[in-house]
Amino acid sequence: MSMPNAMALGAHRGSIELKQFFRERASVVFTFTFPALLLLLLGSIFDGDVSRGGVTGGQVLTASFAAAGIVSTSFVNLGSALAVERDDGTLKRLRALPMPPVSFFLGKIVLVVVAGLAELALLLAIGAVMFDLPLLHDPVSWFTMAWLFVLGVTACSLLGIAASSLARSARSAGAITMVPYTVLLFISGVYIPHQALPGWMADLGAVFPIKWLAQGFRAALLPDHMAELEPAGRWELDRVAIVLALWCAGGLVLCLTTFRWRSSLTR
Amino acid sequence: MNDTAIRVRGLRKSYRDTVAVADLDLDVHRGETLAVLGPNGAGKSTTVEILSAQRPRDGGAVTVLGTDPADADRRFRSRVGIVSQNASDLLELTVGEVVRHFAAYYPSPRDPDKVIAEVGLTDQSNRKIRQLSGGQRRRVDVALGVVGNPELLFLDEPTTGFDPEARRQFWDLIRSLAADGTTTLLTTHYLDEAEALADRIAVIAAGRIRAAGTVADLVDDREATVSWRDGRRTTTAPTALVAELGDAYQGEIPDLAVTRRSLEDAYLRLIGQEVNA
Ligand SMILES: Nc1ncnc2c1ncn2[C@@H]1O[C@H](COP(=O)(O)OP(=O)(O)O)[C@@H](O)[C@H]1O
Ligand SMILES: [Mg+2]
Repeated sequence: MSMPNAMALGAHRGSIELKQFFRERASVVFTFTFPALLLLLLGSIFDGDVSRGGVTGGQVLTASFAAAGIVSTSFVNLGSALAVERDDGTLKRLRALPMPPVSFFLGKIVLVVVAGLAELALLLAIGAVMFDLPLLHDPVSWFTMAWLFVLGVTACSLLGIAASSLARSARSAGAITMVPYTVLLFISGVYIPHQALPGWMADLGAVFPIKWLAQGFRAALLPDHMAELEPAGRWELDRVAIVLALWCAGGLVLCLTTFRWRSSLTR
Repeated sequence: MNDTAIRVRGLRKSYRDTVAVADLDLDVHRGETLAVLGPNGAGKSTTVEILSAQRPRDGGAVTVLGTDPADADRRFRSRVGIVSQNASDLLELTVGEVVRHFAAYYPSPRDPDKVIAEVGLTDQSNRKIRQLSGGQRRRVDVALGVVGNPELLFLDEPTTGFDPEARRQFWDLIRSLAADGTTTLLTTHYLDEAEALADRIAVIAAGRIRAAGTVADLVDDREATVSWRDGRRTTTAPTALVAELGDAYQGEIPDLAVTRRSLEDAYLRLIGQEVNA
């Protein structure tokens, strides 16, 4: 009798992961609706700030929040979910099944990709409807968003998996991902523009992927003259790609060295 | 193919400074139901987790279905079913979704709807696990343990939280699986459960097997206890003692009772060894 196919099992896992995610009200509110809510709030407050060429504060925030949404549905979502699953017996039960590990991770990929795309669609829809962000103007802009999405989701998912190992129990799962996420949103030019940050803070933010992901989305969604407001005065898309790719590689190494099916406390 | 499903020699496992399993020997024959009976903390779960390839061991020789569980692969895992203690996952899914999903991992699973019926959850099939009672959730665990049609089934205190009717129903399920040839290793601290289900019982305390055998082997029924108003004596010749007492009292012996050792006596004596030792 032959074993079920690993890819087919990955698809099964994906549908189960999606059901679990969207039925769990706390995860939907925290990692999915929260960025949209903040965008609505901050966007409405700062929409009156109009810069050169008529670009409004709401439009700039929409572009930056696209990055926040991706980090939320990948890093925060995966990191906290895995920490909870290591604690509540999910991973123990799955590990005991005749399941190739690749199927498990395929399921997680399906989850972050679907949740990430839905989140991005929600944020862009808010930008278009509330802040008149022009969307369909340029195929290049969609191409840029596509590779930003792939690199961003990959890097942040891997980092989320690695971060989950730091949580000792389900109760610390939220803190282990929400704290770095929230801090990075402040120092990466998402909530507050770079120019308003102390130099060392902006430099620190530039080490991490959110700053580059947000810069990339601004490049994709805002008119080119807005590049003057970036720290380098340019979009630096080549550098964005390089930094995100490096974080993907680093995240993969961290994952492979730290991933555990069992909590360190129950070995 | 030999007739040993599980063979354990000198199994050891410690958690930091707690010795959970100390030099444990155990044999389970193919097709048999073995109950591992012991108090809390005796090392039952640790043993089950090691044998079912869920936990690494510190030492000893272990063969399960011809394989060392330390080298468990997918094929090995598809041949065993596990009902563990203390799971609180899968809450957002319905009973039907979960059982059907778990069936998909196995090369020749049982019919999920039939399994749901066997554990008595047909009426709850479309309910989320979150909405089930503790005993009903345990029945889902049992369903997930058997849906893969395992050759060897591990059940770690499977009936904790069941009402009496659910327990009977569960016993029937285990008996029908045994009749189909499933080898079962069951842990429990209910003596009646061990007596009702098991071909053999292994009594475990402080990480060691204290005794193993059939109920008749464990309960030494050569002796009986004679008690009466003025005394109590354990003897291999109770009839003679009663006759002697009858003469002494010249008629009825006040408050006379003659009792054979029960499994409970044997069990308490066996696990008491650790306290006295
Ligand atoms: N993850 C763990 N970490 C530390 N000690 C443990 C762990 N699991 C079990 N123990 C200890 O090992 C001993 C045996 O436990 P266990 O195998 O769960 O027994 P049982 O299932 O018979 O109640 C107990 O003293 C228990 O406290
Ligand atoms: Mg136990």
